[in-house]
Amino acid sequence: MLTAPNKTGLVFFPAFDWAISPTHPEREERLLYTQDQVLEEGLFDIDGIVEYKPDLVTAHDIQRVHFCVPDVAAVTTESHLISAGGAKTIGRAVMDRHVTRGFALVRPPGHHAMRVVHGARGFCNVNIEAVMIEYLRQTYGVRRIAIVDTDCHHGDGTQDIYWHDPDTLFISIHQDGRTLYPGSGFIQETGGPTAVGTTLNIPLPPNTCEEGFLYTIRNVVRPILDEFKPDLIINSAGQDNHYSDPITNMNFSARGYAELTALLKPDVAVLEGGYSIEGALPYVNVGIILAMAGLDYSHVMEPDYDAVKQRQDPQISAYIEQVGESVLSIWQNRAAIQAKMQNGENFYRRNRRLFYDTDNITEEQQETIRLCPACSGTWKIDTTSSLGKRILAVHIPRRACSACRRLGRDWYTEAANGYDSVLLQDRPEDRYLTNPCNES
Amino acid sequence: MIIGLDVGGTHTDAVLLDDTGPLKEIKVPTDHRDLLHTVTTGLDQVMADIDPQQVQRLVLSTTLTTNAVVQKQLAPVGMIVSSGPGIDPALFRTNAHYHVVAGSIDHRGREVQPIDGDEIHALAQALQAADIRYIGVVGKFSVRNPSHEQQIADLLNNHFEKIFMGHHLSGHLNFPRRIATTHLNAAVYPVHKKFFTAVKQSLAAKGLRIPIRVLKADGGNTRFTTSIDSPGQTVFSGPAASIIGSVGYAAPGTETVVLDIGGTTTDMAVLIDRAPLLAARGVDAGPHKTLIRALDTTSIGLGGDSAVRVVDGDFQIGPRRRGPAMAFGGPVPTPTDALLVLKKLDTGDHERAREGIGTLAGQLDQTPEEAAAGIFDCCCRLILEAIDHMVAQINSKPVYTVHELRDGHRAAPRELLVLGGPAPHFAERLEQLSDYTVRVVPKWHVANAIGAALARTTSEVTLFADTEQKTATAPEENFNKKIDGGYDRQAALTDAFDLLRDKAIRHGAQANHLEMEAVETQEFNMVRGFRTIGKNIRVKVQIKPGLMHGYAKLLES
Repeated sequence: MLTAPNKTGLVFFPAFDWAISPTHPEREERLLYTQDQVLEEGLFDIDGIVEYKPDLVTAHDIQRVHFCVPDVAAVTTESHLISAGGAKTIGRAVMDRHVTRGFALVRPPGHHAMRVVHGARGFCNVNIEAVMIEYLRQTYGVRRIAIVDTDCHHGDGTQDIYWHDPDTLFISIHQDGRTLYPGSGFIQETGGPTAVGTTLNIPLPPNTCEEGFLYTIRNVVRPILDEFKPDLIINSAGQDNHYSDPITNMNFSARGYAELTALLKPDVAVLEGGYSIEGALPYVNVGIILAMAGLDYSHVMEPDYDAVKQRQDPQISAYIEQVGESVLSIWQNRAAIQAKMQNGENFYRRNRRLFYDTDNITEEQQETIRLCPACSGTWKIDTTSSLGKRILAVHIPRRACSACRRLGRDWYTEAANGYDSVLLQDRPEDRYLTNPCNES
Repeated sequence: MIIGLDVGGTHTDAVLLDDTGPLKEIKVPTDHRDLLHTVTTGLDQVMADIDPQQVQRLVLSTTLTTNAVVQKQLAPVGMIVSSGPGIDPALFRTNAHYHVVAGSIDHRGREVQPIDGDEIHALAQALQAADIRYIGVVGKFSVRNPSHEQQIADLLNNHFEKIFMGHHLSGHLNFPRRIATTHLNAAVYPVHKKFFTAVKQSLAAKGLRIPIRVLKADGGNTRFTTSIDSPGQTVFSGPAASIIGSVGYAAPGTETVVLDIGGTTTDMAVLIDRAPLLAARGVDAGPHKTLIRALDTTSIGLGGDSAVRVVDGDFQIGPRRRGPAMAFGGPVPTPTDALLVLKKLDTGDHERAREGIGTLAGQLDQTPEEAAAGIFDCCCRLILEAIDHMVAQINSKPVYTVHELRDGHRAAPRELLVLGGPAPHFAERLEQLSDYTVRVVPKWHVANAIGAALARTTSEVTLFADTEQKTATAPEENFNKKIDGGYDRQAALTDAFDLLRDKAIRHGAQANHLEMEAVETQEFNMVRGFRTIGKNIRVKVQIKPGLMHGYAKLLES
């Protein structure tokens, strides 16, 4: 009988009755063949692989992460609560030491969902990794967390949520934003003025092969992780770098994904995208599960795998090495970049326009953060969407100093008229409030 | 009239019954070295003074194949396994002659790599040279496309006595279990065939031509003639007879836990409206993870003969049995001794029981009566905890749709049915200590034989259709049909029910009373490039375990 060296938890939730629309890539059929492969391989029978039923997350769990407009119920469905719940279930199983690591094979995905949610972006409504992470921080007091996003698309939602958080290292490896949705994730995007370097982007050129991905993990990601020393490593395990994926242009393989997982050693992996539902997902998921469990994955291979096609163009290899050097240099010089960005000011502002492709919404944001010498700084976002709502969203970070806590509460209670609603994320108190005038 | 005969670990029970109820019950000791003699002795006794012409059916529940597996007395089998990519198939080796060959089929049943005829021929010669007579042929995804298993079997044909193909034994996905299941079937085939042929001959020698049926692990019966094509279904059928013998006493429309309190273990099962739950994947006995349909039973190491000790000021009961109760000459005190001290039992040596319990009482500064009451309560609490745990396990089984997760049924049994030696005493105390309604199964001492006699014929059919590939396949039934784009869930269900009806009747079901139901119906649109190219349909239908039509009422009276 097979025994897994690493006790591994799995939540498998294919949501066979949920789709964005009948022919959308995010449809009922997406994990059907993965289920067939996983069942046929007998993975749930392996001693040391434990299948869990997903919990549902609560509105409170979501409010820790998101400002939902107008409220949580309006921008989520049951399926989102289950998919985030699946990640939370695995996170708990790992923290409670019932398993040493775990994989939430759930849908719908979440890594394009940002801090403010007016609707769905890139098939995502709520950021399932962030909801899990903030739950774990609240419940178990975990502080330093690294998220490595290996989806082919830039994890712009996760980046946005942790942009100002120096305790969360977010590294996204993805197809270059000049060639793919969402068109972001460039090397220069390195985090807000109080958290420079804990956001890192590694844009890889189209047609990157096994060699390029594994080079990047070994020579860029692993050294940074070793220096950051996270308490937990989370992998946003998108599977659309696969050579057969219909909406991307990369050249990665199932065995490559398995090896990537073995190198990364994530405590928790969470499925993100991946839309080659027959040719890739069944094999990639089996590879990832075996690698998580510490089992042999050398026989995992797609029926049409061709080793010749995996020979990487030397120009691509050279380019990837260059990207890696740039990222490492940013990481090493992060303090200097941060000082330059702060430039001795007390506040920092940025204006942004965001687009929600799935729900066809545009959003205008003005963000203000206090450049606090004692903590990562309270911030607020003044946001207006094309649906017509104007919101003020105030965030007090987990480890905010007393001055920043006061400032956040003042911003919240003293908001001027003109907003449809004012929202407060008071992370130190774990309370999430709406409209101070309604409270009295 | 029907005869039910259940060969148990110590006793073999037989009942004779007709549509008015049980007419005769007998009990003979089980001789494990000569099961045939045990069975014929039981039959002779139960049929004494009966006109054999009146016996329509004999249903046997035996430990024959289970013993063969547990004692590793398995026939040498040649296993031929084709896998393709995935987990290394060498890891699923079942026995010495286990050979991995070329050939690969993918998850939709498409051929990825053909089999190599020369390789199979060479293997056939080698296996013949090794004097192998039984063969198991298993392919990954063979339930989606059995052609490779079929081709290999055709190439081997005429060279071997019996060939088992994985896709005939179960329609479920699970390659490692398919390998184990196929091996087990081939490995118990000769012993199964020899034994039942001998029973038949022994009856014939007395001029009796009674059709023989066999009880399966899923609590259903099948004709002996159909059982030889899947003899593995009788493996680990142990608990099934008693559970089926109890279902008639469960209150209709409720959820019930059946508790069989034995000497070494207590076996538990959940009934939902008199239907016992089936194990999710199949028989799961230690290293034997199979696709053999079985009742979902839980066993804990606690029974009348469990060894009782005092550990850290508390009673520890089981899980080991060190022998019979002290009252019956055993070495250590047991719950049975406690029942004697409490005057709930009046057989056996009271003094020895009191002496044994007294030793434990001394360690806790209690009187023997106090200690006995403590041990008894401790047993009841352990059983109640195990029930809670079992129900929680049932409710934590993963589901794969939003609908099931939100609105799925949660088991919440309200009644306990108890059988086994100390059943009446436990029933009373279990009711006091819990919110359950607790009842003792009437005639609990022969409920197993009654269960064997009255079990209905169960059956299952899995059908898989793919309108893009224009095929509908029910692998267990050799069913493969060309379909067109209009084939849908309803058409699949109709085909599946037709196949199930034929199969069930062939296996012995009453044609007018087939309680067929759909267990699973899934239909997916297959979309490629924003265009629907076909439908992928999965259907599972069954006749679930329970009592034969017309007999449920009889037990109520």
